[in-house]
Amino acid sequence: MKAAVIVFPGSNCDRDMKVAIEQSMGSTPAMVWHGDSELPETDLIAIPGGFSYGDYLRCGAIAGNSPIMREVVKKASEGVPVLAVCNGFQIATETGMLPGALLRNANQKFICKDVDLQVVGRNERFVGEFENGQIVRFPVAHHDGNFYADDETLARLEGEGQVAFRYADSDGNVNDATNINGSRNNIAGIYNEAGNILGLMPHPERLISEQLGGTDGKIFFDNLINSLS
Amino acid sequence: MKARVTISLKNGVLDPQGKAIEHALHGLGFEGVGDVRQGKVIELDLGDISKEDAPATVDKMCTQLLANTVIENYAIELLD
Repeated sequence: MKAAVIVFPGSNCDRDMKVAIEQSMGSTPAMVWHGDSELPETDLIAIPGGFSYGDYLRCGAIAGNSPIMREVVKKASEGVPVLAVCNGFQIATETGMLPGALLRNANQKFICKDVDLQVVGRNERFVGEFENGQIVRFPVAHHDGNFYADDETLARLEGEGQVAFRYADSDGNVNDATNINGSRNNIAGIYNEAGNILGLMPHPERLISEQLGGTDGKIFFDNLINSLS
Repeated sequence: MKARVTISLKNGVLDPQGKAIEHALHGLGFEGVGDVRQGKVIELDLGDISKEDAPATVDKMCTQLLANTVIENYAIELLD
């Protein structure tokens, strides 16, 4: 199996993503610069977190129009799995690969902490061994993670099983008190309609060993790599 | 030819920065201030483009990059 990690000026989780994929896959993913217009042959494309282009204009807006993203959008439409984390999620919504948008957090604060997330649905490709409703713990680190979609889009996401993760607590409650950033329906991550693109604000690549505080991210990547291998 | 693009969040889209400004104004004694919405203004020098072509060109810029029409409205003003 082969994977590629896209690198933008201002990406800061590209190497964490590389290490997480490497650890589960056993080989090194290709690191692809934003100015490239071609992707190597790959079974997984990861768009990492960070502050691409300094978040100028809107988070992800400039990156969404970079040469490599045209190729990523094309590959995604052909069915290549895409994992878009944090700034990657923002970039994916800016390109239209995923619906909705990420607004400034409702409380105006940059939120940086581990959060409990409810796994929603059973997208075998991305959540594999995780059960529907299971609580997992990934860190978040964002200022603009407040997921917004209009009523019609939201109804479609809910109706078609495109919600992937919700902000919850360790007991599995999903409510206003567990909604850290004001996201509609506590949404922390979504799939596209075809189910081959996952965008999420939390960072599974940051909790991949006990030394880092947890291994739910390692399980996530093991699941993902297993299902794609 | 120059153009000025004003971008604002759509009605119904939460604007936390506008809310913070509103609270600050209330704190300064401007209690009568109601809803505050924050946006951005982008000024463009369009070079030698004709008056006829300018609106469609700037509109294209707005939909492709300057505004995210999922959450934002935009208004174009052409300046001589």
